[in-house]
Amino acid sequence: MSTLTLPRLQHIIGSGIVAAVGVSVCYISYTQQPSEAFLFPRLIASVFVVLALWTFVKACLGWTKVGNGISFTQFKNLAPGLAIALIYIFWAAKGLGFYTATTIAFFILLSLYDPAPHTALKSWGKRIITTACFMAVMYGLFALLLKVYTPREIFF
Amino acid sequence: MEFIYYFGDVFTPINFGLLLLGTIGGLILGATPGLSPTMAVALLIPFTFQLEAAQGLILLGAAYTSTVAGGAVSAILLKIPGAPANIATTLDGHTMALKGEGAKALQLSFLSSAVGGVFGVLLLIFLTPVLAKWALAFGPSHLFWLAILGVTVIGSLDSNSVVKGLLSGCIGLWLATIGFDDIMGAQRFIFHPSLGGGINIIAALIGLFAIPQVITMFAKGRKDDGAEAIQVQKHPIKGAITELLRNKRAMGIGTLTGSIIGLIPGVGGQIAGLVAYDQSKKFSPDRDKFGTGHPEGLIAAESANNAMVGPSLVPLLTLSIPGSPTAAVLLGGLLIHGIFPGTDLFDNHPDVAWTFINSMLIGQILMCIFGLYVAGMAAKVAQVPQSMMAAIVLGLAVFGSYSVQSSMGDVYVMASLGVMMYFLERFGFSAAPLVLGLILGPIAESNFIQGSMIASATDGMAPYFLTGTLNLFLIAVVIASILYSGYMELRSRRYTSKEEIME
Repeated sequence: MSTLTLPRLQHIIGSGIVAAVGVSVCYISYTQQPSEAFLFPRLIASVFVVLALWTFVKACLGWTKVGNGISFTQFKNLAPGLAIALIYIFWAAKGLGFYTATTIAFFILLSLYDPAPHTALKSWGKRIITTACFMAVMYGLFALLLKVYTPREIFF
Repeated sequence: MEFIYYFGDVFTPINFGLLLLGTIGGLILGATPGLSPTMAVALLIPFTFQLEAAQGLILLGAAYTSTVAGGAVSAILLKIPGAPANIATTLDGHTMALKGEGAKALQLSFLSSAVGGVFGVLLLIFLTPVLAKWALAFGPSHLFWLAILGVTVIGSLDSNSVVKGLLSGCIGLWLATIGFDDIMGAQRFIFHPSLGGGINIIAALIGLFAIPQVITMFAKGRKDDGAEAIQVQKHPIKGAITELLRNKRAMGIGTLTGSIIGLIPGVGGQIAGLVAYDQSKKFSPDRDKFGTGHPEGLIAAESANNAMVGPSLVPLLTLSIPGSPTAAVLLGGLLIHGIFPGTDLFDNHPDVAWTFINSMLIGQILMCIFGLYVAGMAAKVAQVPQSMMAAIVLGLAVFGSYSVQSSMGDVYVMASLGVMMYFLERFGFSAAPLVLGLILGPIAESNFIQGSMIASATDGMAPYFLTGTLNLFLIAVVIASILYSGYMELRSRRYTSKEEIME
């Protein structure tokens, strides 16, 4: 058995979650009624659970390639962006209105990850212009061309 | 020769306009690092809803062809492959650009892409009807095994680990069962109201291909990519054509290798380019010059990755088995218009099938013509900061998935699957088999149910599904693909140290 490195620990947790999903799917498939409706899911779930448990056991024993995992620096980098993206998708788009939420999320993400210095006034102007152009294109494409009616809610 | 009757349809103003749009847009998107052809096609699908089936497919097909070719621009000028298919292109293409032969490298790349691409589409034209007729002999049990074959082949060949590839395929097949059962109307795995209608394929495709890319860009942080495009000097096109004719062997090897690899389900353009490069090097008397800016290497790689495009659609259009992840996304584009590949496509919608295929042939020529002009602009787009790309792709993904059915549920599904896929990818799982499972799941299930009904009225399940020449052949191919990939995985580990495996 090899030493417990961070990628290996993450791999054990990841494959453990997949195995837990596999077991749950298998349990539901074999216990829910009417059984005829679960004929195909049972077939799939049986293979799913075997492969998932196999992967989990191999991960625990350290017998498998574990992938790159996520380093602390990567996690630190992606966490704010992911949090903003999730707030935008699961709350703001519906709560504030699609276009308002997209404008805010786009501008924040652009400002967060833009390599240009945050102290330079010019770079802020550039970000505002980029956001405005992007929103104009999105409005033109989806509202005017495709005629998609998006949630308006508090704003627009 | 049925395809000739439908040639005129490609040149109607709307169809030709869409072909031009897809080609030019695809060249620019392809040159953008981080925007893979699969993701570009997935993001384009929502724009095809309001179009007729043939028009939608023309746009998607043109984007597929030209994103693969456009990826060469950033590979040559920035040493960043625009798509995985262009990895081999960087080896000699970028070195040529460094030597001041950037324009020549771009011209050779587009010319050889067009030659390879035209050959590949001709294979598609002549092989597809033959295979589609053969598909007529398929009953429910064969179609069930074919769907399983599609998932296992991509699962085992497109993944670093066979078990994880197959597991991804299983997850996809399971996700496809979510929602109401077609026959009994029973609820299956509906854990949230958003899942009531099942998982929408388009929303899932966007999430699985776009969101992991967005998060990957976030993970890089505020890093300045620092990629600086090499300025290109003018070069006469005549010189590039002469150079191409001088390197017929490399072009032939690239075209043939790409076409053969394209026909094998699950093997993508990345492999086609690298194998063609390697083979061309083996057969060349100037093999020592490979990697030092030798045109032969560039020609072999680029002709191969575009020659792969046409043949990768042969198993898709005849047997519903996509030859590459991008072809899987195209299958999603077909299904949303209610068109099923195989005999249904060629018997009931020949206009759609042949207009689409013909447009790919014309698209190869347009790609070559415009590629040479768009290259400069595409190189500028390739320098767009990752932060902007991430925000743009996220916005497009949200609007695109919402526009499918005007449902926030689809946006939630898209985001959840995308975030899940990012973490799974970090541990060696692959999106392609999962997508295949999701797309082929309903086909596998409906044929399994039909087959089990026939079986219960005849000899029983085992004789119906496990006997007969065609069933046994398909089962043998399923097992062979898994065993072969398992063997290759073990062999590659033998040459990898224990520490590397544990890493």
